[in-house]
Formats: sequence, C-alpha cells, structure tokens
Amino acid sequence: MASFQCDIVSAEKAIFSGSAEQLIAAGVSGDLGILRGHAPLLTELKPGPVRVMREGGEEEVYYVTGGFLEVQPDVVSVLADTATRAHDLDEAAAEEARQEALKAMGDKQSDLDYTRAAAELAEAVAQLRTIQQLREKGSRR
Amino acid sequence: MAAAKEIRTQIGSIKNTQKITSAMEMVAASKMRKAQERMTASQPYARLIRRVVSHIAKANPEYRHEYMIEREVKRVGYIVVSSDRGLAGGLNINVFKAVTREAKYWHEQGVEVDYAAIGSKANVFFRNHGGNLVAGKSGLGEAPAVDDLIGSVSVMLKAFDEGQLDRLYVVHNEFVNTMTQKPIVRQLLPLEAEAEADDEEETRASGSWDYLYEPDAKTLLDHLLVRYVESQVYQAVVENAACEQAARMIAMKNATDNAGNLIDDLELVYNKARQAAITQEISEIVGGAAAV
Repeated sequence: MASFQCDIVSAEKAIFSGSAEQLIAAGVSGDLGILRGHAPLLTELKPGPVRVMREGGEEEVYYVTGGFLEVQPDVVSVLADTATRAHDLDEAAAEEARQEALKAMGDKQSDLDYTRAAAELAEAVAQLRTIQQLREKGSRR
Repeated sequence: MAAAKEIRTQIGSIKNTQKITSAMEMVAASKMRKAQERMTASQPYARLIRRVVSHIAKANPEYRHEYMIEREVKRVGYIVVSSDRGLAGGLNINVFKAVTREAKYWHEQGVEVDYAAIGSKANVFFRNHGGNLVAGKSGLGEAPAVDDLIGSVSVMLKAFDEGQLDRLYVVHNEFVNTMTQKPIVRQLLPLEAEAEADDEEETRASGSWDYLYEPDAKTLLDHLLVRYVESQVYQAVVENAACEQAARMIAMKNATDNAGNLIDDLELVYNKARQAAITQEISEIVGGAAAV
C-alpha cells in the first residue's frame, strides 16, 4: 500500500514522525480512516485514540485529548492538545477518573462544575476506549 | 596601615561577590540547557501549525475568517515577552527598545498602541514609562505552561474580534546562539501568507483548492486560529526563557571576570601600601637610632 508522511505533535513535544499507510482518528463528526491521496481535510479531534498503521503492518496507538487533524494528499499532521503513547495509559486511573466525573455530575452544584465534569467524563471514557482497543489488538495476536 | 586594612576588606567583599556571580553563572548554564531542550521540544508543534495556517492562507476558502483579512490600521496590539528576573544583561532592555521604536513609528502615523506584558520586567517597564497596558502576566517560572498564557492572549484576541485592534504583534528575544540573542517583532494577526522557500510542496497551485472542513469552516477556523496564536506566543515565551538563561550566563561570566580584574588591581595597590608602610617604619627606626 502507498504510504504518506505522518507527523503527530503536541504543544510540548513531537510524538511521532514517519511514514504510515493508514491513520485512524476520532474526528468530531465521526471516526476517520486516512489513506494516501485523501482530499485536503481539516477537522477537530475528539478525545480518543489515534492509530497509525506503519509500513509492514505494525500498528501504533496514541491517545489525544483533542486537537486538529490536517490532511494533504501526501502529508498528514496531527496537532494534539496532549498526546500520550497508549501503552502508558493506566486503565485503573482512567476508570477512577470516570467514577469521579460521574459523581461530580450527580450533585450538580453549578453549570460550570457540570460542564467541567462532562468534559472530564468524556475524556475518561475516551481513555478507556483507547485501552480497550489496545487490548483487543493484543488478544487478536 | 589603616589604608591597607581598608583595601583588604574591599578585596574580601569583592571576592564574596565574585563567588556569588560565579555560582549564578553555573546555575544559569545548567538551567539554560533545560530551557533549550524545552524550546526545541515545542518547536515541531509551532512549525506544523504554522504550516497548516499558511496552507489555509494559500487555499481558497469558502469562508474567510476575520483573522485573515487586512483592515485599515487604527490601533495595534503588542504582546511583549520579558523575563521575570533581572541580572541578565541587556536582554529585556533590548526588547523594550524594539517596542519603543515600533510605538514611535505608529504614533507618527497617528495609530494608537496597546500592550500585553508577559513577565514582571515588562509589567514594571510599562508601569514606569506609561503605555496602555491591557493585560499582564508574570511569575511564569522556568517551565511556562500554555495554560498560563491563555488569559493574556485571549484579552488581545477579544480586542481584535471586537475591532479594537487591527493588528497584533509579539515581541521577544530570538535565540540565535548562546552568545547572541536579538529582539524580534513578529506579526501574528492578520495572518501573513508566509513565503516558505524551503518547502517543495509549496509548488502546488495556490488558490484553486480548498479543504474539507469538519464540523464546518467557521467553527474549525475559530478554534484553530486561536490555538495558532496561543502556540506562537507560547513558543515566544519558551524561546525567551532560553535567551534569559543564556544572557544571564554571559552577564555573570563577565561579572566574575571583572571581579577578578578588580581584585588583581586592588591587590597591587595593597601590596604597594604595605611596602610603603614597612619602608616608612624602617626609616623611622633608622632615624630614631641615629638620633640616639
């Protein structure tokens, strides 16, 4: 399969740079799979996993808390707000954060708290989703 | 021997100062390394988002964002980045000089200037010398975070949105190398279609294509361009922090060297005074003995 240049950066550091065959990310209007020669596209990203298929079938998973995805026919850039290698994610911590957020939403003190809790919840759920995807991939092998 | 004793104490105090400056030099050297690492680590993001934005400027969008349209200039904004602490040579002064030059240019054209000060030195400068300060932020520490800057940046962006500012610049020190830092003024808004000569992909015919936008062009550009400005300011702050440490290292190295020269000179004077006192004593004794 034809490959394209793929760069993933967060504000603090460069996460990934290299050639890839396919990139799968969670856009605001749904998940996207990008191959070489895709039409120019700009989209916001939801918190969630970004999967990069390297040449030779290797797959890497990163977790982003949001950001932007730019697609040019032969270059794809991910401008992540914060990105972590999915291996570094801790399922227990993510679950704990989810419970915390749910609890905070239970006692709606103010609108501000509520919006923040909802954002935290979305993030925790996205983290869990990333971990689960990673796990499925592991069990398939 | 009174004069000699005074010189002794002076030498002692200069030696103490020298110890302090040489310690500061070493601290600055180690901090500079970290600050430099931070600067290089955040460069890819700043560079990529600049590339994306320059693509947008070259595309032919169905929707032109306000940040992309040149307006008649009636009022301009400057985000001035400085350090929190002094003892860094001419670092901050050079930035303020550049700002003053710019302000003079605008005043001659009858354009008013607003400032946002980042770093306590800039805050103090505008408090002492006037200038319409609309936002200030200090105490960023050695590892500034993007979150710390959002407040000041959003004040300026809001002013731009409301049409109170027609242009926005950022002024900071550019890290050329350890020995050289020079102040640089960069235009943030409206976006300039940058001529990046090094990109071979730039040969793509401009103006005839457009992105697909998700969710839609307006929402996306609103968010992206705000992020762009924030990242450019963050990059400026991080770069300035590296400059600060480098400048301090050089300043303290010079201070240590100068203290060494002073000590050498004073030691010479001290030895002369001591010699003179001994000679005088001998001649007094000899004179006394002759009188007996």
